[in-house]
Amino acid sequence: MRLILDIAFTHIVGRGRQTLVAILGVAVGVGFSIAMAALMQGGQDDFVEQLVNTMPHVQVTDERRTPPRQPAEEVFGTVAISGLRPREDRRGIINPTAALAWLRGWVPGHVAESLKTQGVIRYSSRDVGASIIGVEPDAERGVSPIVGDFVQGSFDRLKAGGNNVLIGDTMASRLGAGLGDTITAVSSTGLSRNFTIAGLFHTGTTARDEGEAYVLLKNAQILGERANAINEIRIKLADPDAAPAVAKRVEAELGYKAMAWQEANESILEALVIRNVIMYTVVAAIMLVAGFGIFNIISTITHEKARDIAIMKSLGFAEGDMRRLFLIEGLAIGAAGSLLGWLLGFSLVYALSQVRFELATTGQEMTRLPIAWSFLHYLLAAAFALVSAAVAGYLPARRAAKLNPVDIIRGAT
Amino acid sequence: MNTLIEAVDLTRVLPAIVPVTLISDVSLSVGEREFVAVTGPSGSGKSSLLYLLGLLDKPTSGMLKIGGRDCGPMDEEERARTRLAMLGFVFQFHFLLPEFTVRENVEIPMRKLGRLSRLQMRERATELLESLGLAGHLDKRPDQLSGGQRQRVAVARSLANDPPIVLADEPTGSLDTKSSEQVFHILEALVRERNKTVIAVTHDVEMAARMDRRIHLVDGRIAEP
Repeated sequence: MRLILDIAFTHIVGRGRQTLVAILGVAVGVGFSIAMAALMQGGQDDFVEQLVNTMPHVQVTDERRTPPRQPAEEVFGTVAISGLRPREDRRGIINPTAALAWLRGWVPGHVAESLKTQGVIRYSSRDVGASIIGVEPDAERGVSPIVGDFVQGSFDRLKAGGNNVLIGDTMASRLGAGLGDTITAVSSTGLSRNFTIAGLFHTGTTARDEGEAYVLLKNAQILGERANAINEIRIKLADPDAAPAVAKRVEAELGYKAMAWQEANESILEALVIRNVIMYTVVAAIMLVAGFGIFNIISTITHEKARDIAIMKSLGFAEGDMRRLFLIEGLAIGAAGSLLGWLLGFSLVYALSQVRFELATTGQEMTRLPIAWSFLHYLLAAAFALVSAAVAGYLPARRAAKLNPVDIIRGAT
Repeated sequence: MNTLIEAVDLTRVLPAIVPVTLISDVSLSVGEREFVAVTGPSGSGKSSLLYLLGLLDKPTSGMLKIGGRDCGPMDEEERARTRLAMLGFVFQFHFLLPEFTVRENVEIPMRKLGRLSRLQMRERATELLESLGLAGHLDKRPDQLSGGQRQRVAVARSLANDPPIVLADEPTGSLDTKSSEQVFHILEALVRERNKTVIAVTHDVEMAARMDRRIHLVDGRIAEP
């Protein structure tokens, strides 16, 4: 076996240029597979991440999955009642203080309460419909999607004054208002109140930039005439994947509808499964093409060695020795190429991660290519290259070893 | 005299739509220290016979014994081992492994057999090559040698495992007159001094005449010259 290794080594080293070409061929295949996988996986991860980041992981609202039974139904379940006017329950999450205390006791992440009411923002006779969201700034900081997205002003300025409001930049331009202007918020119950614009945010989500106004929780409660009420609890978890379990527990305990982000985006996630299939098909296709390239180079080398195979057979080497020899040579080239390919792949991925481009429409967002750094890609690409190289060394060697050396010796000149 | 090679009714037919008969019912026996020429016109099956005797090819029918052992039932591994220990080959073209030095080429069959230590192999290879006048070329590669020198390296390699039989296929076929003469003397010395049996295919009538025994082939059969 030692002799076979020595011969393999001498073959590989002795044919420097050809070996180099073969190794480079493997390296290019491995490198590009890694880069493409990183790019495709990165794009997908980035998409999911944006999805996860822009919304709370669990959203508890004051709705219930099934409408609560009216008192009359509880008592007279079996008889028909007509002309009964349903009782109007107090809306909002009942006993919010206890619910929040309970949640903060065990949820691994941030919890923030808010009161969301529909209303109109009015400024110099222009009206824009908006969700007026009352928040506690300190708690909101942990879950809010807007904290880091301020164009003017900042989130902290919400705390600074009693009547401050934060609105999206699109809404501001539709209103014609700017930082420091006083706008009027009108609630669905008809109450109106003046607020000073203390910050403009741009999240990139049009619905949010155009239709959300953030005020202090107590202001929202006054505006909506709902003292101490909240109708939404948003939870941001350290681990987004734990959302369904948390949502389930919250819903079981509080009775309110608690929706995990996975549930809220079911259709998008379903589309991602299809995207995944496409992604793996593309990466597999690249690897297959790379595999054929590797096969081609190494099998050519092995074919060229047919004469040496005949010589060694005439010296007393068996067919098995020849198969082992070229299997080792193929594997060695595959391994060397894989290592070089890792380097190439890493460089390519690094280079791609440095590419920056500007989104033309707004002119203010610089975006990098989303890249996934995953060791799995490297392992997969290398494994594929090694298998291709081994097959590429083995198959032609097996055929050449089976050939009658006489045919090769006769044919040689 | 011990019989080294014994063939009875050896026949080799190339399977094809119209089968080609290379060797037909050849029976012969060759003993120790014989210097045998295989002659005949081109296409008469000289080389084919040599390859059959050297276990590089399998006969379609007939019986072949080498060193008293029947080669018919041998599997591929066993044939390889027999080639390694019992037979040495010298071809018309030197057929050295191009990536290895002259000495390494001679050492490879010894390493495959593995009977000697690495040091002994090295010594034996050096000794063989020096005895064939290649003292200064041990660490050169085959492509740095002349045709005659390469052929002498091939002879040294064929002797690596001290086989009793050396088979030569037109060993002087691609050499000039002077080198041919040199190689012929070396082969002759193998028989006279090293007690080998040498079977050489040649189309050189004059050279064949200087050998101990001639086997003349015509159309794959043994014929009187």
